[in-house]
Amino acid sequence: MEQKTKISAEDGKQDMVITREFELPLDLLFRAYIEPGIVEQWMTSKVVKLENKKGGSYQLEKKDDNGNVVFSAGGVIHEFIPEKKITRTFEMANAPAGVQLEIYQFERLTDDTSKLTMHVIYESAGQRDQVMQWGFKQGINMAHDRIEKLAGKVK
Amino acid sequence: MNLRRDVFQAIADPTRRAILLLVASQAMSAGAIASNFDTARPTVSKHLAILTECELLSQEQNGREIYYHINATKMREVADFIEPFRKMWDDRFNKIEAIMKKYKTK
Repeated sequence: MEQKTKISAEDGKQDMVITREFELPLDLLFRAYIEPGIVEQWMTSKVVKLENKKGGSYQLEKKDDNGNVVFSAGGVIHEFIPEKKITRTFEMANAPAGVQLEIYQFERLTDDTSKLTMHVIYESAGQRDQVMQWGFKQGINMAHDRIEKLAGKVK
Repeated sequence: MNLRRDVFQAIADPTRRAILLLVASQAMSAGAIASNFDTARPTVSKHLAILTECELLSQEQNGREIYYHINATKMREVADFIEPFRKMWDDRFNKIEAIMKKYKTK
């Protein structure tokens, strides 16, 4: 079966392209990225600010039960074309990942399907690989949890 | 090709996964790695040998010590490296899809 989400990251390059085909009409896919109430649902973070316009900025924040900020990220919106394109920077606070440039292209495929192409450019190839390694770390943690759950069932 | 299966086997072991996690953030000597585990040192050495053999780790001589670091190039070559990252995005997109199906087109 063909994968819905694809990632292309060439060796030694400082960017990557993530594509995904959605079983959603284009307008719904686009709304998922611009309506604070919806962004909060899938990012599981509070949207402190989201100015959908050229030169606008956005800020996301997640706090633990004691009110400590555990995740904070934001950036500036450089280009905003409804149902077509968003260009923005992204930077996570207190993380050594640097600033990344994100170019989102939204496309209509059919009345009920759409496609998102994310081009993400990092400060260096090393930084990109670092970010992917975090994904790898999370991934093996997830695999570990799954294996532990399975092992728990067997006991 | 055997490589992928070998890498998968390497990652299937919890101690080896823990070693990869440790070394992913910084290069470490065998001694420093072993000190993080209750397992006997020769057992840790064996795990390091397996990880090195399937090229997930590479060795670097630093004075008297051999340092182990993640071989990012090799890891990128095997699907197991990109796959968890891809899975993370896939999960996120699946979530968006599930949420948005509750909304109506304007």
